[in-house]
This record gives sequence, C-alpha cells and structure tokens, in this order.
Amino acid sequence: MPNRPPVSDAAALRNLARLCRAVAVSGDEREVRQIVQEELKSHADELKVDALGNVLVTRKGRGRRRLRVMLDAHMDEVGFMLVAEDGEGLYEFKVIGGIDARNLAGKQVVVGKDHAPGVIGAKPIHLAKSDELKHTISVDALRIDLGPGGKAMPGDRGTFVPNFRRVGPSLMSKSLDDRIGVALLIELVKASPPGIDLLAAFTVQEEIGLRGAKVAGNYFEPDLAIAIDATPANDLPLQYEGENTFYNTKLGLGPAIYVSNSGTLDDPRLVRFATKTAERAGIPYQFRQPGGGGTNAGAIQRAAAGVPVVSISVPHRYTHSAMSVSRVEDFKNTLRLLYEMLRGLSPAILKR
Amino acid sequence: MTDIAPFLRSLMSVSGVSGYETPAADLIAGKWRPLVDEISKSRLGSLHALKRGSGKGKRPSIMIATHMDAIGLIVTRIEEGFLFFDEIGGIDPRILPGTPVVVHGERDVPGVVVLPPIRSLPEQSRSGAVDLPHLLIDTGLLPAAVKGAVRVGDTVSFDTPPVDMAGEALSGHSLDNRASVGALTVCLEDLQTKAHAWDVWAVATAQEEETLGGAATSAFQLNPDLAVVIDVTFAKGPGANGWQTFGMGKGPVLGWGANLHPFLYRRFKELAERVEIPVSLDLAPAHSGTDAHAIQVAREGIPTMLIGIPLRYMHTPVEMIAVKDVLRAGRLLAEFISGLEPGFISEITWEDESAE
Repeated sequence: MPNRPPVSDAAALRNLARLCRAVAVSGDEREVRQIVQEELKSHADELKVDALGNVLVTRKGRGRRRLRVMLDAHMDEVGFMLVAEDGEGLYEFKVIGGIDARNLAGKQVVVGKDHAPGVIGAKPIHLAKSDELKHTISVDALRIDLGPGGKAMPGDRGTFVPNFRRVGPSLMSKSLDDRIGVALLIELVKASPPGIDLLAAFTVQEEIGLRGAKVAGNYFEPDLAIAIDATPANDLPLQYEGENTFYNTKLGLGPAIYVSNSGTLDDPRLVRFATKTAERAGIPYQFRQPGGGGTNAGAIQRAAAGVPVVSISVPHRYTHSAMSVSRVEDFKNTLRLLYEMLRGLSPAILKR
Repeated sequence: MTDIAPFLRSLMSVSGVSGYETPAADLIAGKWRPLVDEISKSRLGSLHALKRGSGKGKRPSIMIATHMDAIGLIVTRIEEGFLFFDEIGGIDPRILPGTPVVVHGERDVPGVVVLPPIRSLPEQSRSGAVDLPHLLIDTGLLPAAVKGAVRVGDTVSFDTPPVDMAGEALSGHSLDNRASVGALTVCLEDLQTKAHAWDVWAVATAQEEETLGGAATSAFQLNPDLAVVIDVTFAKGPGANGWQTFGMGKGPVLGWGANLHPFLYRRFKELAERVEIPVSLDLAPAHSGTDAHAIQVAREGIPTMLIGIPLRYMHTPVEMIAVKDVLRAGRLLAEFISGLEPGFISEITWEDESAE
C-alpha cells in the first residue's frame, strides 16, 4: 500500500473536476462508484460494494485503542428518469431528488450511459399567453428532447449537462452537491492519519432519503461519524429593504460546521472538537445556521445502536440546479480542517 | 452536398446581440468573402455582400435578408457583485435560471443566470415564476473584480455550446436566426456553379429582434427589385402544436400573408414541386414578425417573400433545427435565383392569387 502522503489540494481539485463530469443520479451511481474504486483500490485495507451500491472502504491505522471513524460523502446527485416516449425524440420525465421546477426549462441535459445530449425546451414566448408567464412551468408540461433520432428508453436516467469550470476564486458546476464531499473524502482516505481506523462510506441515494448512509452506518458501526457535504448558502442580497437573516452559510467564510438541522442534533462533543481544531490550526470556519435541510448525518446518527455525528459542509449556492457556485478557498479549508480533525481525534473526546 | 453543420456550429458560438452584431458580422464576412464579389457594412451594421449576375448592362437585383442579431440580456444594476439585467428581444424569464452566459464587459466574463433564494424576494414575488427584474447573474467573481470588469449597459449573450442531436439536428442558442444565415450561405455556395442573370445582395441584417432597423435601412440603401427574407419559424414540439407550427425536418415553409407578395409565393411553390423540395404553407395574417415587414415598405415598396425554417424552442438557449431544413431552404433559394429571367419583374401581377 502506498505511503500516507500529506493531503493535496491540487489532487482533490483534479478529482473534483473529474467527478463533476460524471453522471450519477440517485439509484444509478455507477460512474462515481467506478472513479472511487479506481482511486482507492490501492489505498484500502478493505473495499466493498454493498447491496445498495455504497462503496465502503476501510483504511486501518496502527497502534492500540484506535477510534473507528466513519466519514461519509454521498455519490449520488439529483436528476431525472425518462418515464414515457412521445415519439420524435421527445420523452416525458420525472424528477429524482429535490429539483425546483423553475430550474428545468431551457437547459441542456445528458441521458443514459453514453451521456446522449438532450435539451429541456420550452414553448416559444411568442406562443405563450401573457398570463402563462406568471406561472411556473410544471414538470408534467416539459419534455426531454434528444433530437428526432433519439433512441433512449423509459427507465433511462439523466441530469444537467456536465459543465465544471474553475473561475477566479470559484468552482462552478452541476452536482457540486456532493462531488465536493466525494473529492475530499478520496483525498482523506489516501492521507489517512495512522492513529485511527478510517471507515469511508461513499454512499448512494442521499437525495431520495439518506438511504445509503443508513446501511453504511449499520455495516461499519463506527465510534463516531462525520458527514461531508455541500450546504446551500442562500447568502444572496435581499431584493427588498432589510437584512438577509435566513442565510445558512456565507461563501468564503470557511467550512460550515453543523450544530443541528431538521434531521440531526449534531453531537456537541464533536462540534466543539471541530471548532477547537479549526481555532488551533488557524482555519476559518462558520456555523451552518440551525434550521431546515439535512445530511446523511441524520441517518448515521440513528444507525446501529447510535453514532455520535457531526456534519461539515462546503457552502455552495444554487443547489440542485444546472450550475452551482462554491469557493476554492472553502474547499481547501474544509480539507485542512477534516484532516486536522482526523489527526487530533482520540477516544478521550467521546468521554467528555 | 454542402456540409453546412460546421459553419452553423461556428455561428452558434459567436455573440451578436441586437445592436452589437460585430462578432457575428465578422464571422459571416469571412465565410462569404470568397463566395461574393464585394462586401461591406451598412451604417447600422448590416453586412452587404454582392454577387454580380451574368446579365449585360444594368441588372436587376434581389436582396436575400437573414438577420444575424441574437436575443440577449443587458446589465441594468450591479449589487454585491451580482448582475441584474433586462432583456434584448423577447425572452421568457422562466427559461433563464441555470443558463450559462457571457457578459461582454471590459473583457468577456462568463457567468450563469441564477434563481435567487425565494426568501430574498419581495413577498409579492415569491410564488410562481420569478420575473426578469428579480433574476440575477453570478460570475463567480468577487464584487471588487466584477466592478473592474462589468458596467451597467454591458450586453450579455447566452453561452450554451452547440450540440449535435440525434437525427442530424443541432441545438444551442442563436439558431434564430443563424440557421437562416447558414441557409443563405448554402445558397451562395450553390450559386458558384449555377449561372444567375440577376445581381444578388446577400444581407445579414442587424437589429431584427428589436427594431427591424437593419432590414429597413439596407433595403433602402440597396434598393433591390425583389427581396426574400429567410427566418426561423415555429417547429412542432412540446407546447407548440397549432397552425403556426411545422414538423422539424419536414422541409422549409413558404410565407403567405400581407407582408408577402402572392405572386412570389406561387413561384416558390411551383419551383419547390419541380425540384422536389417538400414545403408547407406558413400563414402570416398581418405582421409576419420578420424583416419582411420592414423591407416590403422600403423605398416605393418591394415585392417580398418569406422562407421559414422550423425551429423548436424559439428564444431559448436550447433552440433546435434539423440540418436538412437549412440545406433545403438554401437550395430552394439558389434554384429560384438562377431561374430569374432578366424580365421577371414585369411578369409580377396581381391576378388570381391564392395559396393553393
């Protein structure tokens, strides 16, 4: 097995670009699963693909009384399934995961194993009645159009066209949620500090109910777990008088440490350990504002006989749309914080 | 047969928002230069290319008008690095969130139109579609960098890359009306080996989407004896199935209505039958919504005809056409031009018109 190299921002960013080019809609995570296996097969003591398609990687440490630390990142992304064929290359579809229908019309998509190009068109504005323009176009009224020679089948999945790019301080792409987590976790497995057993769960079906993480938690039965995800920032300026008091996080302020959300009460010992680690290492961080939304931490916390959990996320804007925006610095600082946490973890933390 | 797809892909990759057509004009000029005898620009930025006819003495002329301008956006306000905008040309704001764009600032700045968090909107704007004034563009740059690169009044183009679709179709932005520029290019290529008595003015007009100003002024300046406009029309597709719509890939359409001369319609109809190009009847009861509306009333009036290319999802970043419709429209036009006798104008009458 290779030595344990220090964590590398550059390698993680390279993997992120590659992961964002992959298509892995909930229920068909094959493309990301393949990348994960390829990257980690020579770094794993054990690598297992379970009944749901989770990739479960064990990287053992050395020495006695090692904590069994589970890190989770979900491989799946939101997308569509074709459900009926209308002819002329047009397909009716259903949304998989939480996509706001307002993000669909006029978008380029890809469908099926070969990433066949498609578009979600819209009625020309010239033919629309002015009253129509006020209403959201419902998914039922939209079609995926592969062109008149389209040969997809009902059951095929698709999502927004891969479009990763790095612009100045930002990362822009579809599916930053949660390829960011997958890219970070791949890097952390490679660099895993020797004082712990690292149990890396690359999970499926997060977007449709945290289902992969639940069985991964049962399988690993870890001492504690950290869910790595991308959290919606909602930090845009208000378009009316007042102050934005509903933001979750702000881009550029560092990794977002959860304290609670709709599905989880993050373990206060781990929250405190995360903030202390950041402060000691001089890594900026922010609290993810308590409130709605959730991560795999919710499922893992209640897996097996219970697992202390904390979520640490990279902020991003425009979640579940054709293009999200994240900051390179936040990505790098999240990698540093997670690595420092893995280095500093000891059984004493859970005894407090 | 000409492979027009590569040039169409180039046309779909260049900007040219109405009033700011230079990048498109330069690309088209480069393609047309070897195919014509003279090329110049009008005062409003339309591209005029002359291919001289073989007739002796003073030759009659036909103007083929295809607008090269594209719909787009224009920056109205910059706040915390986010760009607010208005439309150039008619845009359904519901197709915008998630659309990649290029802001034509100090330099070209890529960005994306985004749906703002609903709670950032005024109470009355939170349900239903988010309207144009409340959408914004995120460039990924920090506010200070945006300040140096973008100003109010900068135009914005769609930036969806051209995509080859199954069944020899193309999809992307600005196929309205670059598809027709492609058809006119096919026509010019055909005319390299087909004799024609008339002078041919190949014109890529400016500002169709806002003012029809390019077509009106070019028709005045060039003073042609006849004009044919090529523009895209509605293809059948989701939400578009009425009498104004036509099968994509089922051939070009011939315009019939007040802006268009019925004699020319008949000639095109007969010609299409003779050369076995399938065509449909495109009804334009009053305003045709094309350059034909302006050209018909230029000077003392110009007999004008309209050829349409069916296009799905008009005025979205994912417009779609069948390449063979472009080829057929170009070929039909070349056949028409090469068949024009020097005395054709005197044959034009107002007898016995009907669309049949």
